Formats: sequence, C-alpha cells, structure tokens
Amino acid sequence: MSAPILDVRGLSIALPGGADRAHAVSRLDLALHAGEITCVVGESGSGKSLTARAVMGLLPPQVRATEGTIMFEGRDLLSLPPEERRLLRGDRMAMIFQEPMTALNPLMTVGRQIEEVLLVHSDLGAAERRDRILALLDEVQLPDPGRVVAAFPHELSGGQRQRAMIAMSLILDPKILVADEPTTALDVTTQAQILRLIRQLQDRHQAGVMFITHDFGVVAEIADHIAVMQNGLLVESGPAAQVLGDPQADYTRALIAAVPSLTPRAARAGGGRRILDVSGLGKIYRSGGGLFSKPTETHAARDVSFSLARGETLGIVGESGSGKSTVARCLVRLLKPDSGRIDLDGIDVAGLGKRALRPHRRRVQMVFQDPFASLNPRRRVREILAEGPITQGKPPEEAHARSAELLELVGLEPRVADRFPHEFSGGQRQRIGLARALALEPEVLVADEPVSALDVSVQAQVLELMDEIRVRLGLSVVFITHDLRVAAQVCDRIAVMQRGLIVEQGATAEVFADPQHAYTRELFASIPGRDWTPPETARAAAAR
Amino acid sequence: MTDVAPSPAAARRGGSAFWRRFARNRAAVVGLAILGVVVLLAALAPFLYPEDPFTLAGPPLTPPLQEGFLLGSDTLGRDIASGMAHGARTSLMIGLVATAVAVAVGAVMGGVAGYYGGWVDDTLMRLTEVFQTIPSFIFAILLVAILSPSILNVIIAIAVVSWPPLARLVRGEFISLRNREFVQANVLMGMPDWRIILIQILPNCLSPIIVAGSLLVATAILIESALAFLGLGDPNVMSWGFQVGAGRSVLRRAWWICTFPGLAIMLTVLAINLVGEGMNDALNPRLRERSA
Repeated sequence: MSAPILDVRGLSIALPGGADRAHAVSRLDLALHAGEITCVVGESGSGKSLTARAVMGLLPPQVRATEGTIMFEGRDLLSLPPEERRLLRGDRMAMIFQEPMTALNPLMTVGRQIEEVLLVHSDLGAAERRDRILALLDEVQLPDPGRVVAAFPHELSGGQRQRAMIAMSLILDPKILVADEPTTALDVTTQAQILRLIRQLQDRHQAGVMFITHDFGVVAEIADHIAVMQNGLLVESGPAAQVLGDPQADYTRALIAAVPSLTPRAARAGGGRRILDVSGLGKIYRSGGGLFSKPTETHAARDVSFSLARGETLGIVGESGSGKSTVARCLVRLLKPDSGRIDLDGIDVAGLGKRALRPHRRRVQMVFQDPFASLNPRRRVREILAEGPITQGKPPEEAHARSAELLELVGLEPRVADRFPHEFSGGQRQRIGLARALALEPEVLVADEPVSALDVSVQAQVLELMDEIRVRLGLSVVFITHDLRVAAQVCDRIAVMQRGLIVEQGATAEVFADPQHAYTRELFASIPGRDWTPPETARAAAAR
Repeated sequence: MTDVAPSPAAARRGGSAFWRRFARNRAAVVGLAILGVVVLLAALAPFLYPEDPFTLAGPPLTPPLQEGFLLGSDTLGRDIASGMAHGARTSLMIGLVATAVAVAVGAVMGGVAGYYGGWVDDTLMRLTEVFQTIPSFIFAILLVAILSPSILNVIIAIAVVSWPPLARLVRGEFISLRNREFVQANVLMGMPDWRIILIQILPNCLSPIIVAGSLLVATAILIESALAFLGLGDPNVMSWGFQVGAGRSVLRRAWWICTFPGLAIMLTVLAINLVGEGMNDALNPRLRERSA
C-alpha cells in the first residue's frame, strides 16, 4: 500500500476546564490514503468532528491539540505557523460542512464565493476564473451552471447548495477533502445523489477523503476504510468490508446491531376496531401578501385519507416538505385543517373549536422530535408529568403520585422526578416526553420523528420502549418518520407522502417487497447501505 | 451508551455560579457597592435625620461643615444632608414602583401580543407605537401637568412612558418561544392560554426582563428627578431633583446646594446601570463569550 497522504499519530485534543472530560480525543491514530474514503464513525460526543477540525486547523478558541502529529506532505500541521496553514486551507485541503445554508455567505452569489477561493490562492485572470467555475459547477452536476453562478444561496435547494459547496472545495484540486456529516441535513434521495457525486469526484481527483458520519448506512455505501470512535478513543479501524462484515470491538458490534434492519417486522394480527378515520384532509399555508397583494398558497396536505385500527402502528414516511408533519399536527389539532374529517371514535374533531375540543384533547397525544425543545427548561420533571392530568381535572396529589409510576414505566428511576430537564441526556428526555404524553392516558399516540435526533444506540432503546408500551397499554400509534429503516421496524402499515399527497399506502411488508409508485421506488433505492445486511441480522436469518 | 445524565451537582452550583459570573465584571461590583450605600442611606434616613427635611434647621446658605451642617444648608436654611437622605427614599421608591408597574404592563401586553400573533399582535403593537412616537419626557410632563403633581401621579406618568420597550422585548421572546415543542405539548394537554403564558412561557424570558427592568429603574429615577427639578414633583416629598431645582438660582453663590444632590443622582443612575450590565453578563453568559 502507498504511503498515506495524511498521517495522524497520537493526536490528543484537550477540552477547556469544566468540560465533562479532560480530552475530547486521546491518542488517536488515523491515516488517509490518496483515492480512498476513510469514514470516521461515532455517536455524538465521540470526538469525530473535533478530529476533523484539528486536521483543518479550525479548532474552537479554548480547545487545543496537546499531543501528537498530523503529517501532511512531509510537514507536521500542528507545528506550522498559522499563516502557512492558512495557505494550505482551500488550496491543498478543503472541507465540506454539514449545513450548506449556514456554510455559505447569504449575501454573496455562489459564483462570487467560489471565485474568492481562486482570488486568494491563484493569479488567474477574470475570464479564466469564470471558465473554471462554470466547468466545475457542471462537474458537480448542477443544472444550468450559468444561472447558479449568479444565484444567492437561498435561491438554491439544499442539495444544490451542498453541490455548490462541494464545487467550492474542489476548485483547486485539494489533496485532502474533509467532509463533516455532509449529507445529514439532506433528504434521502438527495443524500443518495450527493454520496454518489462525492464518490465519483473523489475517484476522478484522487483526493483522500475523510468522511465524518454517524450513519452506518452511509458508511456501508461509501467507505473504503472505517475508523470507529467512542468517547475520544479509536476503538476499531480497518478496511470497510472487514469492519462491516466482521466487527471485532464490542462497541462496533453494538453500533451495527443498533442499525435497524430493512427487513420489515412480521405483521401483527390486525383488524381491530377503527379508532381514527381521516378522510379528505387538506391544509393550505398562506404566506406573504398584504393589503394589495395576494398571498402565496402552499398545499401542505391534499386529500389525505387513511384509517388507524386499535393497537395498530401506521407509519407516515416522506421527505422534508412532504406534509407529514402537517398531517401530524392536524391529527392532534395543533393546526386546524382547511378541509376533510378526522373521525376519532365516531366524533369529527377536525372542525371543533377550542372549547369543544378540550375534552377530546386527552385522547390523542403527541411525542415530539427535539428532546431539547420539547421540555420546559424551567419546570421540574414532576411538574411536567403532573400538569397534564391536573389540567384535565385530576387532584394534584394523585397526579404527582402517578408521575412516579410513569417514570418507572419509561425506564427511569422515580427519584429523578425533582430534577430539571437539562440534567438529562437526549434519550432520557425523550423518555420523559413519552411519559408526559402517557400521563393523559391517550388512546392514540402521534409520534413526530421521535428518534431522529438521537444516536443509533439510544434510538434502538427508545424504539424498543415505545413498542413495549404500545403493547402494554394497547395504544394506536401514528409514527411520522423520514427513515425507512425505522419505519420497517416499527410500523404495521405505512403511507408514503410526497408534496402533500399520499402516493401509496399498504402493509409494510407488501410495500417494501413490491413498491407500486415510482416515488416509493426512488425512496427505497436511495436508502444508504441498502445492499448491506448487518452481520448480526444475517446470522439471525441464517439460524432461522 | 452515551445515555448518561450529567451530574446533578451542576444544578446545585447555580446560585454561586451566578455570583461568580457577576463578580467577573469589576465595574458591576463597584456599582453594587454604591447602590448598597444609597439603599443604606434611605433605610437609615428616619434615624439619622428624624426631623422633616423641609424644616428650617439654621441660617440659609451655610457652606458645608459649618454650623453643624455636614453638606451645608440651602436658600431657606434646610439641611441638605437630611434632604438627600430622605430624597434617596423617594428616588428608590419611585424608581422601583414605577418599574414594577411598567414591567407588569409590558409583560402582559408583550406576552399576549407575542403568544396570539395575528390581529391581536397588530393591534397591541400599533398601540405601543402610539406611545413610542411621543417623546417620553414631554409625555411624562404632560401627564403630571394634567393629573396634578403627587407621588402617585408621578409614578403613573413614569410607568406609562416606560412600558412600550418592555412590551416589545417580551413580545420578541414570546414569538421565539411559543412555537417550541413544550408549548405545543401544553396546548395538547388542554391547558388554558393564560396558564401557558404566565406559568410556562414567562419564566423562560425572565433573564432579559430582569436586565431591562434594572436599567429601567435608572431611567425612572432620572425622569423623577427631572420632573421634580421642573417643579412637577410632589411638593410635600423631598427629592434630589427638587433640591437641585431649588439651588439652581444661587448656583454661583452656593455651589453645594446643587452639587451634592446632583452627584447623588449621577452616582445612583450610574451604579444601577453598572449592576444591570453585570446582571446581563451573569444571566446571558453566552452573549458575553461571543463578544469576548
């Protein structure tokens, strides 16, 4: 094997005093080879992003690399003066960020921002610069490069922005490309395209790519080499096939086992009484418009119809902007639908006013996406869990006593009831959010992306808990998700949404086995790592 | 795996952490010390100078440290030191009460406007704009002139001209908080709107309200002094502004009459501003790190 183009040896990164541990990264060894993609995988807090930033020389002010070397072209990057590192950045090494909207300057056209790199690092003339930019935008498969050059970031879609970002990083043919979760903020179909693009470009330019991600599906899709990190330590590294197919470290095995399988769960005996019947649901958002101008209308949901049987889990899957969250918010009546019926056990709640709705609120509850925004930071857990029942007229003592039971139900110790939400981790907060919904003894639970903000291992635990509680309490669940792997594991039936319409619905196993609609097929084709079966499940399948 | 709770000790340190961040700003500590002296003076006024500050205590225009006058006497022979001690009570009382009223009105207006949005928001914000378009001091003069000068009316006037900025501040906070998921969860519980506004959302915007409120106290004291200077204060209550106003005609013959109350106003307002600044640093530590 050729010598690595980037060689990280014994790298330690110290955190400022008062952090939860002394070193974000300790004694890390990592090598990057030309023409290869090295995936650095880990959960949040594993130190993977700081490693990338140390390579680029972009560590935050109070964080310093204390030990080790980062060798690049015969020089140690850590001991280079800042000015020389600056000259390397953009020219010899480049970075792609997670959120292309914030990584691009909103006041500059895309062309101008790419040109900036050329102005700093080269002495090309104006015409040459323009030719080069147009050629590159064409190479990253942006439609109509002439238009994109003159466009401002907000005029492009998320995927297009990320392509522009990639063009910007590739303009000087860097030797090293550091990509920090470049597809996490994108939809699956766009993610698949961007991953394909990174692979092609990296092949053509023979750069060494350091690809930071938390998603094993993406890893399976793109990696040549894999390095697994946990709490700042490298737990395993090796060629992709070896790490994915025969992981050695326990942590890697646990991570891979936590990746939900794409094989749909066995359908449960359904056919219970219908509890929720939605027909012709429509919601239009109007924005802008003043006294004299007409507002623009967006159909967030159009003629959405489905039904939910008692004890059943219905998944609503779709990409961002498909209207799945709008449907969820209409179901719990945070939004008032513009048309259609929502029959809850024979009562149409779609058109009810505030007062008329109050007695029915209890019956449909919601679990939210963001564990950090969904709990009031100023209220103790006990209060958060008790205020729902109290509002519904339960005596306070009873409600408080019940909150201890609820905590036990979601797998937390009752004694944590006196703490504030910020003292809990993301997964624990999501459990509290679930307990809050259950406190009202709902019949239908609407879960809006309840695990998408969590790490894989925590995600698996929360999903398991939800399933257990669903069975125990006989709940019916509407599960909103963009992640088809999660949908396959959780849902009895799924409905696929695109641009406000349900394009296909049916039993999960049937839809997965034989998708009818073109969009559904495209979604399935875009699942990262769909051809890779984790070894644990492969073994389990063989044993069966 | 990474599902570990941070130590509960972090929460217990809350109180002392606040003080540490506050004390990092030296100027704020100095301000707090000055403010402490003023409060002490106000508290001890009835014991230090048990007599009415309006009584004639000796010959007029006595310079400081003569005839038993620590800070001299004014044109009518009233003790300036006694007036300042009693004036401190007036200033602090009016500053605090007027601010409390302004904060209460501003919080309710801003909270309702921010929470409901739409036409409620439009109506309330146009209303605050009406108040904001009138220069506040002239408006305050107008109000006192109409209502007759008394302590209550001075407080009303100051509160009426001070609440609009607070309403805007609270409205902004509410707009950013009302779409948080925890508020939506409360809506789903069937919680009444007033409970969501007062018990769920308001405590989450206390920090900026406290900071703005503390600065408002300083403004209120200034307005009160200015009103008293113009003779629009309560004629039966001693105040710093009244003292400065009473001494201005003899400014060159008897410098001490205006100087000491004037210094008191300046130092108190400065001290409150410094403390407000310190509280801002302590309550919004992230803001400070960003600017540092």
